[in-house]
Amino acid sequence: MTINLTLLLVMGVMFAVGIYLMLERSLTRVLLGIILISNGVNLLLLQTAGRAGISPLVQDGVEAGEYFDPLPQALLLTAIVIAFALVSFMLALIYRSWVLARQDEVTDDEEDRRVAAAVGAYDPEEDAEVSTETSEFIDTVDPSTGTIRAVDPAERNAQSSEPKQRKAGES
Amino acid sequence: MDLSLIEFVPLAVLLPFFGAAFAFAFYRNQATQKAITIGTLIITVVLEIVLLTEIWHSGAHAVNLAGWPAPFGITMVIDRFSALMLVVSSIITLAVLLYAVGQGAAEEKNDAGPVSIFYPTYLILVAGVSNAFLAGDLFNLYVGFEIFLTASYVLLTLGGGEARIRAGVTYVVVSILSSMLFLITIGLVYAATGTVNLADIALKVGELDHGVQLLLHVMLLVAFGIKAAVFPLAFWLPDSYPTAPAPVTAVFAGLLTKVGIYAMIRTETLLFPGERINTALMIVAGLTMIVGILGALAQADIKRMLSFTLISHIGYLVFGLALSSIIGMAATIYYVAHHITIQTTLFLVTGLIERRAGTSNVERLGGLARISPVLAILFFIPAMNLAGIPPFSGFVGKLGMMQGGIAENTWITWILVFASVVTSLLTLLAVARIWARGFWRKAEDVEDPERILIQKSLAHARAANKRLLPATMVVPTAALVALSLVFTVAAGPLMNFSRAAAQDMYERTPYLEAVLGEERVDGVREDLKEFTEGYVIDLDTGDDGAEEFAPVRTSLQPDMETDAKGSTSVDEYDDAAGTGQGEED
Repeated sequence: MTINLTLLLVMGVMFAVGIYLMLERSLTRVLLGIILISNGVNLLLLQTAGRAGISPLVQDGVEAGEYFDPLPQALLLTAIVIAFALVSFMLALIYRSWVLARQDEVTDDEEDRRVAAAVGAYDPEEDAEVSTETSEFIDTVDPSTGTIRAVDPAERNAQSSEPKQRKAGES
Repeated sequence: MDLSLIEFVPLAVLLPFFGAAFAFAFYRNQATQKAITIGTLIITVVLEIVLLTEIWHSGAHAVNLAGWPAPFGITMVIDRFSALMLVVSSIITLAVLLYAVGQGAAEEKNDAGPVSIFYPTYLILVAGVSNAFLAGDLFNLYVGFEIFLTASYVLLTLGGGEARIRAGVTYVVVSILSSMLFLITIGLVYAATGTVNLADIALKVGELDHGVQLLLHVMLLVAFGIKAAVFPLAFWLPDSYPTAPAPVTAVFAGLLTKVGIYAMIRTETLLFPGERINTALMIVAGLTMIVGILGALAQADIKRMLSFTLISHIGYLVFGLALSSIIGMAATIYYVAHHITIQTTLFLVTGLIERRAGTSNVERLGGLARISPVLAILFFIPAMNLAGIPPFSGFVGKLGMMQGGIAENTWITWILVFASVVTSLLTLLAVARIWARGFWRKAEDVEDPERILIQKSLAHARAANKRLLPATMVVPTAALVALSLVFTVAAGPLMNFSRAAAQDMYERTPYLEAVLGEERVDGVREDLKEFTEGYVIDLDTGDDGAEEFAPVRTSLQPDMETDAKGSTSVDEYDDAAGTGQGEED
C-alpha cells in the first residue's frame, strides 16, 4: 500500500497538537483538541484507501486495481458528520457551563473532595483551593484592544489577576 | 424469496427510530409522546422475544441490508448471545421508561424546555444499543456506539444545573476520546485487512503479522475498555453517572457499560481468539474488582457507591471472558444478563429512597424498614443478589466463573478466584452498611436526619408513603426485582442457553457461515476447528452432554464440567432445566 507522506505528516501534527490541547483544563482548548484529533482521524481513514486511482465507476478494459477504493471515503463522510454533531454539542455544553458557572474549566468533583477529607487523604499542599485565573475571557482588560470590560467587583476579587491589570480595571 | 420472521431483525433498530420521529412530531403533547414511546418499546420487546425464540434453536442468522452480499454490504447478525442481550436490554428500558413516566406524573412536572425531548431521545438510545448488539461490521458498531452515546449525552445534561453540566463535560470528552480511538482502530484494521466486516476480518486477520494482530487487538480492547469502565479506564464513571436523575442513571448503569463488554466479548471470541493476552486481561479484571469495591466502601452516597460496585462487577465479566473456556464464557453471558437487571433495579430503588427520604446519603438515612417495608424488600433482594448470596442469580453466575477459573488451574486463575470471593464479601459489606444504616437503625439515632424521616407516628409516616412512593414508580421496580428472581428460577435453561451461545462463539463457524455463506467457510473449516479445540480447554468432541440445547450445526459438544470437588455435572443442569421449565408453566 502506498501512503502519501504529506497527509501522513499533517495527520501526525494534528494528533500531536490535538493531544497537547486536550491536556489543558480550559474547555475551549479541549474542544479545539477534539476538533484537531477528529480531523486527524479523518485523514487516517482517507489514507487507508491507498494511492489515488480513477473514479470507481465501472469501465470496460480497466483493471480492478486501477480504481480508487471508495469505501474509506464513505466511512470518512459518516465520521465527519458524527464529529460535527459532537463538536456542536460540546460547544453548547461549554456555553451552558459558562452561563451557569462563569467558568470555562474542568472543575474538581465536590464529592471526591469530601471523601478525600473524610478518609484523611486531604493534603493541604496538593488539594488546597488555589485561586487561579479561570478564564481568558473574564479579564478586565482586553489585551489586544486595550478596552476595559465591566466586571462585577465580587467576581473580580475572586480572581488573582495581575495587580497591574486590576489597577487598570479600577481606574 | 420466502420471508421468515427472522428477516425482520433490522426492525429492532428501526422501530425505536420511527417511534422517536413520531414522538418528536408530537412535541407539544406529552401524553401522546408517552403513549407513542411506551407503545413502540412494547412492540420492540415483543419482536425481540419472538426473535429470541427463533434463534434459541436455530443459531446465528445474518440479514444483508438492501441485498448486498456480506463483505460488501452492511450486515446485521443475530446469534444467541446478541438475541439474549437484545431481549434483556429492551425489557430493562421498558421498565425504566414506565418508572420515568411514573416519576414525571408524580412530580407533575412537564419538560420545561421549548421542545420536550426526553422520550424521543430515550428511544434513540434504545435504537443505538440495539444497533450495537446487531452490528455485523466494525463501522456499524461504531455508528451504533455513537447513536446511543449522543443520546446519552443529551439525557445526562438535559435541563441540568451546574453539577450535571460539570459531570456531563467529563463524560462527553472521555466518550469522544474513546470513540476517536475506536475510529483510529477501524482505520488501521481496514488498512491491514481491507475489510470492516467482522466475519471477514475474522478470516483474514490470521494472515497478518503477529505484532500487527496484537496491536489491533489491544487497541480495540482499550477503546471498548473505556466504554465498559474497566479499571484504569473507569475513572469517569463514578463522577458522571450519579448526577443524573434516577431513571437515566439506571438505564446508563445497566446498559451502556454492558455494550462495551459485549464488544469486548466479540473481539475476544470472533476477531482475536486465543490466549495471548489472557493473563493481562485477568490482571486488569482483578484490579477492576478490588479497586472498584474499595472505592464503593469509601462512599456515603448510595448512588456513588452503586457506581463503584458497577465498576467492580465489570471485573467479573472481564475475568469470565479472559478464561477462554466454554464454562467461563457461559457464566459471563449469564452474568451480563443478571447484572444489567440488578444494577438497573438498584438504581431505581435508590431513586425511590431519595424520593421517600429526601437524600441518598446513608449518614442521614434511618428507619426506612419501619416506615416502608415494601421499599425495604425492594432494596434487600437486589442488594443480596448483587453480593451473590446463594439462592440468587448473582451466585450462580459467580459460581460459574469460579468453576471456570478452578478448572483452568493456573496461578493467575486461582488469584482471580480468590479476588472474586473477596470482592463478593466486600460487596456484601457495602450493601449491608446501607441496609444497617438506612433501613435497620431507628430514625431517632441518626445524628443529622432528614426532617421527613421524623414523623409523629407510624400512621403519619405510612400516610406520607402513598404520596412519596406512587404505585406507578414502585410497580416497574418490583417488576424488575421479579425479573431478577426469574433468572434464579430459570437458571437451568438459561445456563444451558448461555453454554450454547458460548460454544457458538468459540467455534465461530455458525457466525461465519451465517454471514459469509457455507462455501467460503468450508475452505477453512478444518483450521477453525483445530484452532478452537487447541485452546478452549473444556471443548470436547463426541461428547453426548447437553444435546438438547446444543447448536444445530455443531460438530462439537460442551464438556461436562467438573470442578475440584466434582460437584457440578451436566446432569444437574438438566434437572434444573426440568424444574425451571415446570415452574414457568
